Amino acid sequence: MTEMLKAETEDQVLDTIKWAAAEKKPLEVRGTGSKSMLGRPTELDHVLDLSALSGVSFYEPAELVVSAGPATPVAEVEALLNDHNQQMAFEPPDLGPLLGNPVGGGTLGGLLACNLAGPRRIKAGSARDHFLGFTAVSGRGEMFKSGGRVVKNVTGFDLSKLMAGSYGTLAAMTEVTVKVLPAPEKTRTVLVNWAKDGIYDHDGTKAMTEALASPHEVSGAAHLPAAVARRSAVDYVAGGGRAVTAIRVEGPEPSVAHRCEALRTLLAPLGETEELHTENSQTLWREIRDAIYLAADQERHIWRLSVPPTEGSRVALQILEGRPGEALYDWGGGLIWLTLGVAPDACANVVRQHVAAVGGHAMLVRAPEDVRDRVSVFEPQEGPLDEITRRIKDGFDPSRILNPGRMHKES
Amino acid sequence: MLMPEPDSATIALRDEIVGTMQGIVPAGGVIFEEDELRAYDCDGLMAYKQLPLIVVLPETTEQVSKILKYCHENGVKIVPRGAGTGLSGGALPLADAITLGLGKFKEIIETDYENRCVVTQPGVTNLALTQAVEHEGFYYAPDPSSQIACSIGGNVAENSGGVHCLKYGLTTNNVLGVEMVLMNGDIVRIGGKHLDAPGYDLLGVINGSEGLLGVITEVTVRILKRPETAKAVLLGFDSNEAGGDCVAAIIGAGIIPGGMEMMDTFAIKAAEEFVQAGYPLDVTSLLIVELDGPAAEVDHLISKIEAIGRQQNAKYMKVSETEDERQRFWSGRKAAFPAVGRLSPDYLCMDGTIPRGQLSHVLTRMGELSEKYGLRVANVFHAGDGNLHPLILFDANESGELEAAEKFGADILRLCVEVGGVLTGEHGVGVEKRDLMGEMFTEDDMKHQQRVKCAFDPGHLLNPGKVYPTLHRCAELGKMHIHHGQVPFPDIPRF
Repeated sequence: MTEMLKAETEDQVLDTIKWAAAEKKPLEVRGTGSKSMLGRPTELDHVLDLSALSGVSFYEPAELVVSAGPATPVAEVEALLNDHNQQMAFEPPDLGPLLGNPVGGGTLGGLLACNLAGPRRIKAGSARDHFLGFTAVSGRGEMFKSGGRVVKNVTGFDLSKLMAGSYGTLAAMTEVTVKVLPAPEKTRTVLVNWAKDGIYDHDGTKAMTEALASPHEVSGAAHLPAAVARRSAVDYVAGGGRAVTAIRVEGPEPSVAHRCEALRTLLAPLGETEELHTENSQTLWREIRDAIYLAADQERHIWRLSVPPTEGSRVALQILEGRPGEALYDWGGGLIWLTLGVAPDACANVVRQHVAAVGGHAMLVRAPEDVRDRVSVFEPQEGPLDEITRRIKDGFDPSRILNPGRMHKES
Repeated sequence: MLMPEPDSATIALRDEIVGTMQGIVPAGGVIFEEDELRAYDCDGLMAYKQLPLIVVLPETTEQVSKILKYCHENGVKIVPRGAGTGLSGGALPLADAITLGLGKFKEIIETDYENRCVVTQPGVTNLALTQAVEHEGFYYAPDPSSQIACSIGGNVAENSGGVHCLKYGLTTNNVLGVEMVLMNGDIVRIGGKHLDAPGYDLLGVINGSEGLLGVITEVTVRILKRPETAKAVLLGFDSNEAGGDCVAAIIGAGIIPGGMEMMDTFAIKAAEEFVQAGYPLDVTSLLIVELDGPAAEVDHLISKIEAIGRQQNAKYMKVSETEDERQRFWSGRKAAFPAVGRLSPDYLCMDGTIPRGQLSHVLTRMGELSEKYGLRVANVFHAGDGNLHPLILFDANESGELEAAEKFGADILRLCVEVGGVLTGEHGVGVEKRDLMGEMFTEDDMKHQQRVKCAFDPGHLLNPGKVYPTLHRCAELGKMHIHHGQVPFPDIPRF
């Protein structure tokens, strides 16, 4: 029986964690629970519910900064920014549908705690790069803050980076501050439509690499094998039944028109090119951002691989050889969303072996609980880095009460 | 500046340490004669000087590992040092510590244009990194003004910024991976040619850790293709307020320039006299706004900026017409520190960041403080990201002026924090701002930061006395109930 402890204020977060630390009661730290399937499964008796800590507390468009409660819906922040032609440039993905949840359930705190980022990662960075500061209560039952409301800040260690991607295992955040940027005036996408039959993953890598090595400030580079492209809502992408490589440019109108033209010229020798304007572009990149093409078949396991971009297609095809599954490439080939047929170990050894050979890491994003319990969801750490990780956890949460086991199995 | 009490036992072992080090690094790599040690007695913050115990200059990661392992086992402190250009005293030596210079790590290991990254040793200068890839049209974006001399390892330690970080990010946003030697001699690799970390973002914490967590022996950075064109615009205003309003209007129009700098009257005049950059001398504040990208974009944005300038009543506007002219616009800004330095025997360079909207308020208050202390101040300002560099002019030979300048500087930084800003935007805390950390952070804030330190270096052997005003023993930080008031361990250095 799970007991929900709903904190209405920062002080109540503090009191709850103090109590939990004293009584050694592990807490699941939760905003809305939209990402509770992400990471290792935990079954804890108590949930620290932060959903009441919601709402934007500070937004000055001219300062390019937003502060908000951790449970503020990402959608609410985005709507507010949109009113001022601004955005979170790291392009927050909505993994709801991929994880079998509704659209739009994510919170700002959850987004940061999981350090997520969309296609613009290659140009603008990840959540971590836009996370300016926070206040939080650590597992010690102590309130602390780090960073601030300004971008340029080297005052003390950058604990925002440490919080980003820590999956609530170090502290429960009570307020977060992120950097925002002007939204681009125009967006266009150059498509390379590959020939009808065959595997074009390596060709896609080549096209993305050429585009990214050009001076045309590419803000998205993805490759959709034919089977994946077919599921796009954008006719130009789905209609031909072909593999498609997509290259995005954003900015002021004359610049976008110029760069789009230049990219078409650059890529023309590789294949037939096509062009998407703002609306179709937005639809396509939202699909890629959320890996929506892989959401429908909830049976298959989903891996998310980060590798050197030029190695992406090789790694994916090696893993897929003789196995049912498919790949979607983003970040110029450096990010691979990979679906694989059901297997007791989710093919973890094979996946990790191929990733390790080129340098990178793999996360098991979607799999039934028992699989995520058995298999290391995050790249296993060994040696000195594992030791440092443990010592950081011990320093921030000595009683191991915050999301224990969410990232690594408790020993 | 009060530093931790030197450990006499270590100093007594000096000869033995020299011998051990000579067994680890090649001949000439251990410096122990006083006249040679002088070259290492300070970094870019020259107000504080201290001879190191000895200087060791290793050439390989394995040598660094052996040195650190020995020091770990024998309780000898280490002060890592890159090119020694830091402005906050982060590489200030300690009397009982080895200064570990990484100057011999000068190789670029790999340039990978397809994955758009460079793997380099830490002693390579920031500028050399760009020079190594520019024949292919690439460059490394962060460009601190010391880029001709500062090393990439030091850039990582300080999370260095520069004029272009408004658009392209700080060091931390451009570093993909490091190889690092931990204090116990373990060699670890974090990150690489791929993006993001699988566990805690240790790379993110290492950037800007000021040599407190480990010794960096290799860095992987991302490189970018050089934009096709760049142009700069000079905009002059009657008041600092008008200049600040123009900055807000540019950002409000959705434009993030490649660089956006502001100078006050004093700085404009000093720079113009020094390098003849072509600055107008009848304006109170001067903006340099740089746009880069394809010509179509640059021209489009320049015309928008000109329209904003007219709207904001700029009394002077000039767009660079040639690359030479663009460089000349920048030459004044880049020479601002030495230019101001010519007008005064000494100066202190401050480095607070404020919310942009507070600019005119802060400049007004700074003017009042200038009168109070009887010291002149010149201002250059990374206007786009709110990073102020007030230069306080003084004469160290006049009794009491250094102290007055330091107090003035501390007041400016307090003011930055008071208006919602921070103590340091890009120069680091080092020893210079160490004792002001309490203005921004509570004890609990700092203790949580120090717990990260304890995870990497539980014995506090790496660069002690820097960044944090009080050294807490890691065992004490690990306890759940922390003693207040009475000092529980009288032998813990408190300073």
